Amino acid sequence: MSQNDLVLDVRDLSVSFRTGRGKVRALRHVDITVPKNKIVGIVGESGCGKSTLINSVLRLLAPNAIIEPGSQVDFLGDDVIKMSNSQLTDLRGQRISMVFQDPMTALNPVISVGTQMTDILYRLKIPMAEKRKRAADMLAQVGIPDAQRRLEDFPHQFSGGMRQRICIAMALMMNPALLIADEPTTALDVTLEAQIIHLMKELREKFECSMLFVSHNLGLIAELCDEVIVMYAGEVVEQGEVHDLFHRAAHPYTRMLLECDPARIAEARQELPTITGSVPDMIDLPPGCIFAPRCPRRYEPCDASPPEPYAVSDQHSARCFLVRDGR
Amino acid sequence: MLLYTFRRLGLAVLIVCLAMLLLLAAIHMVPGDPAGIALGPRATPEMREAFKVKMGLDQPFFVQYFNFLTNVVTGDLGTDVWSNRPVATMIGEQLPHTIALAIVGLSWSILIGIPLGCFSAVHRNSLLDKFTGVLSVACIAIPSFIVGLYALLLFAVELKWFPAIGAGDSGDLGDQAMHLVLPGLAVGLGWVGYLARFVRTSMLEVLGENHIRMARAYGLPTRRITYVYALKLAILPTVALLGVGVGSLISGAVFAEIIFARPGVGKMVVDAVNTRNYPIVMGGVLVTTMLFALSTLISDLIAAWLDPRVRQGL
Repeated sequence: MSQNDLVLDVRDLSVSFRTGRGKVRALRHVDITVPKNKIVGIVGESGCGKSTLINSVLRLLAPNAIIEPGSQVDFLGDDVIKMSNSQLTDLRGQRISMVFQDPMTALNPVISVGTQMTDILYRLKIPMAEKRKRAADMLAQVGIPDAQRRLEDFPHQFSGGMRQRICIAMALMMNPALLIADEPTTALDVTLEAQIIHLMKELREKFECSMLFVSHNLGLIAELCDEVIVMYAGEVVEQGEVHDLFHRAAHPYTRMLLECDPARIAEARQELPTITGSVPDMIDLPPGCIFAPRCPRRYEPCDASPPEPYAVSDQHSARCFLVRDGR
Repeated sequence: MLLYTFRRLGLAVLIVCLAMLLLLAAIHMVPGDPAGIALGPRATPEMREAFKVKMGLDQPFFVQYFNFLTNVVTGDLGTDVWSNRPVATMIGEQLPHTIALAIVGLSWSILIGIPLGCFSAVHRNSLLDKFTGVLSVACIAIPSFIVGLYALLLFAVELKWFPAIGAGDSGDLGDQAMHLVLPGLAVGLGWVGYLARFVRTSMLEVLGENHIRMARAYGLPTRRITYVYALKLAILPTVALLGVGVGSLISGAVFAEIIFARPGVGKMVVDAVNTRNYPIVMGGVLVTTMLFALSTLISDLIAAWLDPRVRQGL
């Protein structure tokens, strides 16, 4: 794949947080790419660094975060890490936009939906009437009836599903090249989830934007995404084309994650399967593989040095010695 | 919004009526016979009886209350025991001075306190934030009469920037405004600190909310995020606080009125209490209560205007 086909190219991204206990190494040497017009999914447990990753892409990290030297976040040829504040303002909402997890708190409760939407267009030098027309069009496209009139309404006058539709409409207002969706359906119930996913698929065709879709719902990822990235404790442990990865999961963590997915558990069991143990302390890291302490297939090389990504097939790799050794 | 205004107005009227009931009860419960005090120790029992009939004090309590209510509605607050002038007229003369003082004091506190609070919240933990923190607490801690005395000494006596005492020529608005600056500062300075702290806290809370993160992710200008998206929410508790705060501002005004020898309802009521001049005490307290009810009404309406959830919820 040539460089020009990538919308986002994250190379060797490491992010740490200064805390009272020491430096928390939240992301370590993360490499991910988002090709044009593709949807890339990110899965992983809470605390695996998903949010830190997407916040790094928009440079919205907390003040105590440090982006380690050597990190590179290339967005359409520009390094986001090196951007000035005015360049970042230009980037956010215009070229990269984001849909947040909880639509109930993502909109400002005292500002009308219309104003919040037209505010995003502040960079455009077009008359207000034109901006409102665009906002109404966009609301109609995400399936909000009577859009023109509802611009006057405030967020509390919409239901949760409607609010997430508004958030998606807002994200697409400036026709961005990359849309980041941070667990956009986690706060919604299952029927709404299906509707929102359907909407996102539809809009992706219409707007031709690439998408980074964060979720811990494997079913959604399988349904929506072209490529999957599995993260564990601040590292990418496996990545690949969605079919290949789900059918030939190579990393023990990915396999266990798949086993734990309630949707896949066919037979009724008394107890749901879990991955024993918990995410390691990211201040004091083990010298070898990060997953080794919880891994059921741990063997000699695992504790010696951290594994590199090894190819499973040409579009699929995993950071696991089992793959290297062909076991 | 119209419906909300009407409901809120009804509530304000109810509050004033209740306050009047309490006021009348308080007067009845205070030891000492008004007639005896008004007429002096040498009055005969007949004279006292005649006085009571004249003032309506021989009537049952609820009849008195009813008379009180109807008199107030027609604008009759009784007559001054000493000068025999209508109390309503006397208060009417003093009230504009008190209201002007309260508004200037309030303006001082809003114009300095709110920007200071916003600034501290945005530049949290900076040196200037810590400095304003100390400054705010100092403002809260210093009693208004101390502020008044020192402001008088410094700005009026030493520097001669502002006039020292009185309310200024009654025809000259500019002169009256100059006479208001220092008393206003004395009344409002404590509230500067109070508001700065209060706004800082609610601003910090709002700035941590999800929708602010979203506004940032959409690249909105920082100024618009701070002063529109965040402040419009963060100001709501402050508006409610100010509505109640006007009450304490008016009581604080008594000191300023005495120090700066200004006319005003506060000073008038204090004088009337000392001479047991009940009609003026009642009239003064009643008008102050009405001011208080009015200020909470205004603050609620402002809150409803700012917050659509309040506007449509009630």
